[in-house]
Amino acid sequence: MDFRILKRKLEIGKRIDDFLDNVSESGLLFKLGIDAYLKGNTAAFEKTIEDIRHTEKQGDAQRRSVEEQLYVQTLIPESRGDVLELLENMDALLDRFKGALWRFEIEYPEIPSALHGDARELITCVVESVEAMVRSARAFFKDTDAVADHMHKVSYWEKQSDKISTRLQRAIFRNSALRLSHKLQLRDFVMHVDKIADRAEDVADKLSIYVIKRSL
Amino acid sequence: MFAIFMSSGLFLGWSLGANDASNVFGTAVASKMLRFKTAAIWCSAFLILGAVVSGAGATHTLGKLGAVNAIAGAFIVAFSAAASVYLMTKARYPVSTSQAIVGAILGWNFFSGSPTDYGALMKIVGTWVVCPVLSAVFAVFIYKAVVLFIKMFKPGIFRQDLLTRYGLLVVGAFGSYSLGANNIANVMGVFVPVSPFADISLNGWIRLSAAQQLFFIGAIAIAVGVFTYSRRVMETVGAGIFKLSPVAAFVVVLSHAVVLFIFASQGLQHFMMRLGLPPIPLVPVSSSQAIVGAVIGVALLKGGRGIRWRTLGGITSSWVITPIIAAFVCFIALFLLQNVFEQEVYRPTIASLHLKSNAPDQMENATPFAAVPLALPAAQTGHERKKTIKAPAVGRIDKGRAGQGRLPENRPQLGKLQKTFPSVILPHAAVAHAAEG
Repeated sequence: MDFRILKRKLEIGKRIDDFLDNVSESGLLFKLGIDAYLKGNTAAFEKTIEDIRHTEKQGDAQRRSVEEQLYVQTLIPESRGDVLELLENMDALLDRFKGALWRFEIEYPEIPSALHGDARELITCVVESVEAMVRSARAFFKDTDAVADHMHKVSYWEKQSDKISTRLQRAIFRNSALRLSHKLQLRDFVMHVDKIADRAEDVADKLSIYVIKRSL
Repeated sequence: MFAIFMSSGLFLGWSLGANDASNVFGTAVASKMLRFKTAAIWCSAFLILGAVVSGAGATHTLGKLGAVNAIAGAFIVAFSAAASVYLMTKARYPVSTSQAIVGAILGWNFFSGSPTDYGALMKIVGTWVVCPVLSAVFAVFIYKAVVLFIKMFKPGIFRQDLLTRYGLLVVGAFGSYSLGANNIANVMGVFVPVSPFADISLNGWIRLSAAQQLFFIGAIAIAVGVFTYSRRVMETVGAGIFKLSPVAAFVVVLSHAVVLFIFASQGLQHFMMRLGLPPIPLVPVSSSQAIVGAVIGVALLKGGRGIRWRTLGGITSSWVITPIIAAFVCFIALFLLQNVFEQEVYRPTIASLHLKSNAPDQMENATPFAAVPLALPAAQTGHERKKTIKAPAVGRIDKGRAGQGRLPENRPQLGKLQKTFPSVILPHAAVAHAAEG
């Protein structure tokens, strides 16, 4: 075992960092995309979709490469399963951002301007919850003691998302100007976006178990 | 003929490799931090190195076995120990070769009628209790120190993984070296006095003594044991008692290596004496017991909830059973070899002759010669050792049954000879000669 192998083994940490960068970036792209959509800037929206598609592709490749390295080099045998699950769950969050944007692109829902403020706020909370989750995951790989500091923020943003989601749904269904079919479509969109924060919280719950398992 | 008799030593070496050696890397392999192949290569290399370089220094262990004064007896003692270790290995219990050897020597003592120095025996048995306890205490302190290090330097999950792997390799190599240095004497020590080898010199700058050549052969047998049969025991040690994390595995191997070092280091003993502290007795300790003690130490530190008490009970009872089995097997095998194959399995010593003669006037002079090696201080120097005179084997005079060694008629002269050479171990011919003269 020479120092080149040592260097190669430490590279996996950087690869995981890159992967988490992509997850974080997907949240920012999602925010930018929805903002462009709400402003009616179709070109910018289309560009964001293209960017997030690329980011998702990169993320998949990075995740597979990390998983392969973990198994081929039998790294962190005691936490390998947990790390794989964590990476797959993080990748699922990235996929959800991409999926939500694509859903906007496919259905082009008409969002009344009265709901734009709450919609932006919901997007912000959801992205923040995922961002807190990314920070928790980074801490898991670097300093497990710091994980708890970030994880409680995931829960905070998830709760905020729930509140805004409820408010939005209430506003949608109390808007007599909208048809029922339109209301149902908008509600689905709100729930779809809110679900991303719920998933982030689920991943955080699992991460807290991984931390306990690694505690010395 | 020598090669045939040495085969039991090689068998014992193989058993040691299959069982004791697995302790060193067992936790690392069971926690999947090291591949079995990597562990086996490192373990074998450092075992051989320790055996050849420092094995000759473990004269105290050789002294223990020196009491067995006939090659056929030595063959049976080694064979009985090996068979006992093999049986326990087959049952997946980590036992100690030292325990088996002590049991086999006791079996030989009972058979040959040689007295046993119970003080020395209690000292050895005492280490069987102290060693795991001390190892557990070390494990607790080292574990706390390691946790403090991790909390202070926060190496991160992958760097910590790497550090632990390298740490496991280093302490495993250290443990293997110590094991080879200490336990090779158990395997080959008994054959050193009858070795047919001569000192050899390679290019004039590497010199291998006859003992070192024997140790090398024994170490190869250990290495074969490591490669062929140690895997299952490694899994029992590493995962059977308590599921260990890699960091805990590192702590366990380090604690075990430190305990081996403390009980084997003459340098440390001299250092303690210079400081005016009581010297640590240099007793070859069981690596199995050290490992099990360390695993329990870590497990108790973590609350002890995950300890598999049933497995632990099995291991502990195997520590009691192994020497008993070895003694029993040795006794039976000696009986068969002597009476069926008509081999001389022991040469009556003055002590045993005196004991068997039931002569009360000689009993007080009957220094327990056969037990002398058991009572030898581990730090006995070569100079002191030279005082022990071993009369040459000039031929087998009596191949009578146990307890029927012929006594010379001239007992007073024999008593005089004994007073002159208090440690002498005499074969029949010498006894007869003394009686005549």
